[in-house]
Amino acid sequence: MVTRPRRRFISVLAGLAAVPFLRGRDARAAADPLAPLVEKLTGGAPVREGRVSLDMPRLADNGHSVPLHLKVESPMTAADHVRSITLLSERNPRPLMATFHLGPKAGRSELITRVRLNGSQRVRAIAHLSDGSYWSGSAEVEVTESACLDAG
Amino acid sequence: MVARVQVPQEAKRGEAIEIRIAIQHPMETGFRFDLMGRAIPKNVINSLVARYNGAEVFRAELGSGVAANPSLQFYTVAEASGTIEFSWVDDAGVSGTERAAITVI
Repeated sequence: MVTRPRRRFISVLAGLAAVPFLRGRDARAAADPLAPLVEKLTGGAPVREGRVSLDMPRLADNGHSVPLHLKVESPMTAADHVRSITLLSERNPRPLMATFHLGPKAGRSELITRVRLNGSQRVRAIAHLSDGSYWSGSAEVEVTESACLDAG
Repeated sequence: MVARVQVPQEAKRGEAIEIRIAIQHPMETGFRFDLMGRAIPKNVINSLVARYNGAEVFRAELGSGVAANPSLQFYTVAEASGTIEFSWVDDAGVSGTERAAITVI
């Protein structure tokens, strides 16, 4: 008779322990902080994953200047080229970091620059191709010192 | 504003050449305060254009998410000898230009 309430108690405990995991997964799937901005950028057109590769250090110990290497798979001909690439940040106070306009004259759809990051996040790049399609790529960056903490 | 443009001196026709530019600029975000506690106004280079013999080959709209002293590397196809000229302007209305010559063989 002693064991039954204890068994129930343990099963309740196990259930409670699972709650934060369930909620965490839901929250992550539902909240893409960039979704409204992406929709504004593309005008509602679908954005496919792929063709864009974003190369950033996995760990940036300083968010003030994080190197970024961007590549889009494209032949860069007059018929098929990259029109523009937009860099988006999930956690910066201004998520739109930069827009680059290329064209068939670029020859290669590749770009290197440095960005500021306010904390660990996934940085996204969205490429607009000449056929009107949108492609996206992202990179996860761990930032130990945010770019927005200094005041000097 | 001091800037440095790097372009290969010589290139083969039709080759994609690497172009680099670095501009000395604080890229003030507008989120910082000075020693008296006053907000430092936002001042970033908001647009940068590269022209190759007068024709636009690259354009960038930058925001406060670009690191101070912005540097950029991109490519363009070498078509003819001439100059690659950059021009940019910041939020305070200060503009700058820088050019580099290229010989196409």
